[in-house]
Amino acid sequence: MAQIGLLFFVFFMLLNSAAVMVYVERKVAALLQQRVGPYLVGPQGMLQPLADIVKLIFKEELRPVAADKWLFYLAPIISATAAFSAFAVVPFGAETTFFGLLDRPVKLQVADVNVAVLVIFAIASMSVYGIVLAGWSSNSKYSLLGGLRSSAQMISYELSYGLSLASVLVLGNSLSVTDIVNGQSGTWLGFIPRWYIFLQPLGFLIYLTAAVAETNRAPFDFPEAEQELVAGYHTEYSSMSFALFFLAEYINMVTVSAVATDLFLGGWHGPLLPASWGWIWFLVKVGALLFFYVWMRWTLPRYRYDQLMAFGWKVLLPLAVVNLLVTSAGVLYFGL
Amino acid sequence: MLLFYLFALVAVVASLLVVAQRNPVYSVLLLIASFGALSGLYVLLDAPFVAVTQIIVYAGAIMVLFLFVVMLLNAPHEDTEEDIERLRTLTGSSARLTAGPMVFGAVLAAAFAVELLWALSRGPLSISPGSEAGASVAQIGRVLFTEYKFAFEVTSILILVAMLGAVVLAQRERGPSTRRAGDE
Repeated sequence: MAQIGLLFFVFFMLLNSAAVMVYVERKVAALLQQRVGPYLVGPQGMLQPLADIVKLIFKEELRPVAADKWLFYLAPIISATAAFSAFAVVPFGAETTFFGLLDRPVKLQVADVNVAVLVIFAIASMSVYGIVLAGWSSNSKYSLLGGLRSSAQMISYELSYGLSLASVLVLGNSLSVTDIVNGQSGTWLGFIPRWYIFLQPLGFLIYLTAAVAETNRAPFDFPEAEQELVAGYHTEYSSMSFALFFLAEYINMVTVSAVATDLFLGGWHGPLLPASWGWIWFLVKVGALLFFYVWMRWTLPRYRYDQLMAFGWKVLLPLAVVNLLVTSAGVLYFGL
Repeated sequence: MLLFYLFALVAVVASLLVVAQRNPVYSVLLLIASFGALSGLYVLLDAPFVAVTQIIVYAGAIMVLFLFVVMLLNAPHEDTEEDIERLRTLTGSSARLTAGPMVFGAVLAAAFAVELLWALSRGPLSISPGSEAGASVAQIGRVLFTEYKFAFEVTSILILVAMLGAVVLAQRERGPSTRRAGDE
């Protein structure tokens, strides 16, 4: 019962996080561009996402005549489903009662799978289909090119993404995210937290870069390279099917940030707060990563497409392989 | 048990539809669905690692490439009435041309049916004693790199050769204008 409650809670919070991220993105963008951003709807424009959602719901649902009817509607559903389901195996806190609100402590993870890291990876690899099919089924050249580009990009960066995760798995000696987080409790020399980011600085950078490419965000947002491709794979989408893609993008951002927090930043471990309040640390860390994401999007210009592919295959992948080799050797010889 | 029948049904129906589909993109998607159902069966067999690997490798990586090839080569093109009509006249007028493939197909189908019957008649497969190996990643790794290390290495060389072959083919396609001129 508690598990089903938790499931709905996570679902609801992910939906909310997308809304919050839309607001944060617009506000931070405005901040960086010395504008005000949304300010009319609600205090400080806080209800702007709600207004956006209402607008999206009432827009007309359009489908190109030449589009493949089934796949055209299936594609956004695949995207959104993959985005939501990845979070199911991500733990986001130690056992807690939420300040005594619940009568029994609850483990903050929907499904504790012992191969959780691989499940995350598998679902990430499935989310490519939403984009490819959206591009193909629209039967429009911009959509097709956008879909092909972003899927080629996702496939290329998936390798580095997986290898950077693998080096953490070697350090943590487990495939379970919970075990890996628990391996990061305590400190070195009394003040440096035992987070894997300090053992895996390169791995963390590779993960972050690959994750940006995986989520199709700027500076790697080729599907949405508007100067060339209008809006890429979702050019032909409107109303709620567009909203599903939009939602998927933001939820994917939250998920990769949460995974980065769990695997590199010590998860819910942090000073001052007791373990049962660890989810607060988790939220803080995820929030910082998400802010970094938004910050990067509005600061860095977009790469050129061939540069992106060359970077992925010729720089990031060899680095990730070397990182994994060095990590494995280190674990073998020093028994870290 | 209900889940087993569900997954088995999905796998079988999806696999049949893969062949029955006229549009190759649908075939690819149905094959993915079939892989997904297989992965569900692995979970039921208490082998989550194999299940997830099935998704990552087959449904995730290989099928994306399939989809790519289908999309790039075959473009969005479904058989029109015209095509079907042409095919019909073609097969009608030159029946002998298609007789060869049809016989071959029939022989293949018969051989497959015999094999299936033989497999079914043997009853449930007995799994080797250390069947718990399926559950643990560490055990799979140990077995793979000790007992099956020859097969593992041979497979890796096979993949390397395939990769080299792909590079060679891709280079040849570029024609003598670029490559050959540089060589000589």
